[in-house]
Amino acid sequence: MDKPSVIDKEDLNKLIAKLNQQGYKTIGPTIRGEAIVYDRISSIEDLPEGWTDEQGPGHYRIKKRNDKALFGFNVSPHSWKQFLHPPEKKLWTAEKNGSSFKIIPEELENPKFAFIGVRSCELHAIAIQDKVFIQGPHIDSVYQINRKDLFTVAVNCGQAGGTCFCVSMQTGPKVNSEFDLALTEVLEKDKHYFVVETGSDRAQSIIENLDLRTAENQELKIAEEIIDNTAQNMGRFLDTEGIKETLFENLEHPRWEEVANRCLSCANCTMACPTCFCSTVEDVTDITGDHAERWQKWDSCFTMDFTYIHGGHVRNSTKSQYRQWMTHKLASWIDQFDSSGCVGCGRCITWCPVGIDLTEEVAAIRKSDKTKIDNI
Amino acid sequence: MDNNAQDPMVPQLYEVTRTIRETHDSFSLHLKSKGDSDIPEFGPGQFNMLYAFGVGEVPISISGRAEKSGNLIHTIRNVGSVTSALNDLKKGHTLGLRGPFGTSWPIEACKKQDVVIIAGGIGLAPLRPAIYALLKQRDQFGEIAILYGVRQPKDLLFTKEFETWRGKYGIQVKVTVDSADREWKGNVGVVTTLIPRVSFDPTHTVAMICGPEIMMKFSILALKQSGMSEKNIFITMERNMKCAVGFCGHCQFGPAFICKDGPVFAYNKIKPFFETRDL
Ligand SMILES: Cc1cc2nc3c(=O)[nH]c(=O)nc-3n(C[C@H](O)[C@H](O)[C@H](O)COP(=O)(O)OP(=O)(O)OC[C@H]3O[C@@H](n4cnc5c(N)ncnc54)[C@H](O)[C@@H]3O)c2cc1C
Ligand code: SF4
Ligand code: SF4
Repeated sequence: MDKPSVIDKEDLNKLIAKLNQQGYKTIGPTIRGEAIVYDRISSIEDLPEGWTDEQGPGHYRIKKRNDKALFGFNVSPHSWKQFLHPPEKKLWTAEKNGSSFKIIPEELENPKFAFIGVRSCELHAIAIQDKVFIQGPHIDSVYQINRKDLFTVAVNCGQAGGTCFCVSMQTGPKVNSEFDLALTEVLEKDKHYFVVETGSDRAQSIIENLDLRTAENQELKIAEEIIDNTAQNMGRFLDTEGIKETLFENLEHPRWEEVANRCLSCANCTMACPTCFCSTVEDVTDITGDHAERWQKWDSCFTMDFTYIHGGHVRNSTKSQYRQWMTHKLASWIDQFDSSGCVGCGRCITWCPVGIDLTEEVAAIRKSDKTKIDNI
Repeated sequence: MDNNAQDPMVPQLYEVTRTIRETHDSFSLHLKSKGDSDIPEFGPGQFNMLYAFGVGEVPISISGRAEKSGNLIHTIRNVGSVTSALNDLKKGHTLGLRGPFGTSWPIEACKKQDVVIIAGGIGLAPLRPAIYALLKQRDQFGEIAILYGVRQPKDLLFTKEFETWRGKYGIQVKVTVDSADREWKGNVGVVTTLIPRVSFDPTHTVAMICGPEIMMKFSILALKQSGMSEKNIFITMERNMKCAVGFCGHCQFGPAFICKDGPVFAYNKIKPFFETRDL
């Protein structure tokens, strides 16, 4: 691709307009209530200019910055999965006639999403869900159509969030996977601009239309420094070395019991996580009983019903549920999909009402790794 | 969706061509495709998702193919909402079906070996296609033993077939019940007590087990004590399942999705997980 260009803050509007013109539905960060969430945006006015988020274990709050940064925060409570893998979807309808019935599949429509402000960890999360839904032997048709024309305007993080650990997971802060455009926001005393990298031909043709100037070496250097600085200020660390083996060898470890005493089984972590994909189905019928629908809804391994089989629930304790969640994320995911199920976005830490931090849980297990201790 | 690719979550319609009451709580359905699509090929041990209109969808193993028509047979124990709705279906009624899914019993690996089949309760149903696959080429295998345990005599499935298996094919079929009244003249006790009573060479045997986890656990133990190696023992796992295609996440068992990596597993592949409680 060509050398990065520079786009001024105001010109970002042209980019959004261009995407809209081409039929894209533009989604980006915007303030709703007390949080920065992802929703429809139509101009930079909708972006959370001058706002940041303060995140810690069990803690989230937005507050004013002392500049006018458009992307001066980290990740939203929601993730992009709500658009690609919606929380609820109708799978099909069935109509009864006599002793027979017919099944009417859903008509699917391509929403042509353009996501503005996707963080590097989030691009990785999307790639991970791709493996679950469209790269295996079976294709999830809703995910596939939502994903089909997805245009991503990524943002390199200009600061480390309070619960992030993307450096450990090698998923950021610099965008290092597939994207259409990647922006680095630069705020200097009297200048506010974005260095733009182009990652696809379709992005290239849009950029050419915007008449941007090529970035100067000095500007590229500043952008690099911003990202390096983010990486260096990452407060959290997760040691991934041999993590699969470590967790599998410690399926019986006192720490599971200990964390279960704190965990509320509320399922917040699984809802907030951008890679968690589990779902359940619900069958509904109308009052006549002749019209039935099958719905798919997000589900969580923290619910009791998740493992119900005739005769009882397999994971009937918070201990077994938390163990399942964490070993799935960090260990069995590797067997299943050839990558970790965690991208280090920190959402599960921020949105856990009791502030359980999986990086701490892993460290605690490592500290008294059963196999290692047995060997001493 | 990509052109005409079939959405894996949308069932095909099947018609019930025959219903059979097997026991006080179990029944079989013979099913014929209502569409143009042929009845799919399936491996012994594979399962389908059966949908009862408006009630729900559950995983049920294929228990055989009807002799003349080739229709699919499913043998189902009525235990709850969906299985009871399936129980209510009559000849001519319609149900939804997706599949077949999952792994199969290792018939090839049984060649030139003795075969021990251990079934508990409804667990004989998923094993029946394996039994018929063995019978079809009987001379390829050594001794074949079927050990079948149920709670009470009234729970016994497919008893009419036992005589043919024994007589025509020289198969050792042994049955035991957990408890019975005085009318029962057969064995009483857990299924593992039958193992020493059949002949097989543990160093040249493949075992296939299907039943409650606790029964499989003790069967594995007994087979190992008899001298069998873990890698020749195959078991099936059962977990809650909402999709059968690896999307819903419910059937995860350690690194495996039971719907696609199972339900039939070589025991040595899942041993550490099988031995962990509440996994
Ligand atoms: C791979 C596989 C093959 C199976 N083969 C057979 C078979 O050949 N014959 C047979 O009788 N049974 C079989 N079962 C068990 C059968 O699926 C359950 O008995 C059935 O799901 C119970 O549903 P229900 O709605 O009647 O019961 P309820 O108790 O009302 O269950 C409610 C829901 O929980 C889930 N559920 C409950 N029990 C099970 C279970 N054991 N396994 C998976 N999900 C469950 C289902 O989604 C069910 O709709 C098999 C299960 C699996 C996983
Ligand atoms: S497990 Fe936690 S940190 Fe990892 S991707 Fe999910 S929400 Fe983010
Ligand atoms: S770890 Fe925290 S967020 Fe997850 S279920 Fe437990 S209490 Fe809820």
